[in-house]
Amino acid sequence: MPDTQGVLFRALADPTRRAIFERLCRDGEQTVGALTSWAGVSQPAVSKHLGVLKQAGLVRDRRAGRQTHYSAQRGALAPLVNWTSQMAGFWQSRFDRLEDLLKRMDQ
Amino acid sequence: MSEPATETLSVIVERDMPYPADRIWRALTQPHLIAEWLMQNDFLPVAGHRFRLTADWGGVECEVLVIEQYKTLSYTWAAFGVATVVTWTLTPTDAGTHLRMEQSGFLADQPQAYQGARHGWQRFAAALEQVVARLE
Repeated sequence: MPDTQGVLFRALADPTRRAIFERLCRDGEQTVGALTSWAGVSQPAVSKHLGVLKQAGLVRDRRAGRQTHYSAQRGALAPLVNWTSQMAGFWQSRFDRLEDLLKRMDQ
Repeated sequence: MSEPATETLSVIVERDMPYPADRIWRALTQPHLIAEWLMQNDFLPVAGHRFRLTADWGGVECEVLVIEQYKTLSYTWAAFGVATVVTWTLTPTDAGTHLRMEQSGFLADQPQAYQGARHGWQRFAAALEQVVARLE
């Protein structure tokens, strides 16, 4: 499993970051200031969360004058979907092996 | 626990097996049997026990969360920087046992935080589901 998935999972494991990402998905592009007044945490904290989301490819920033606008990058979620299908394949094969073992335990 | 909201982010595998629950339980909880179908391990059927599953490609760090003989077994499953929880549920049927495995993703970090993290995650998963639907 490539670490991009780990980065993505870790970025989304924090409830405040998830909430910020959700909000950007729902309401479109926002400034740090707008996100700060809504999130109820300090601006440095919001900026730090946005930095983690940006590193994970989940948000993109755009500078306009003195403001930085952030928007959600929904395509970055695709590895999560890949992860679940990979794990489903893994467990299906383990179920097969488990059934083989149970059959042998029968004898 | 299989609300549509969590489907995208949990892996669920279920199978009806023509074997009694106690036999399946042994295969799920005895280290030498676990090794035959899953991975080498130092599992112990004790809540709070930390164990490691090892394979040629690496290992999985685990901790037993819940153990209820012949019924439920769950443990954390951390690999590749991704922390999840694997829960096995055994339900007796007329023909044997219905075995269900759910691996739920995105555990924040601590097992103690699991319930809270899961609740928050389900809410997020509902939003994410819509996002993913729009991708396709």
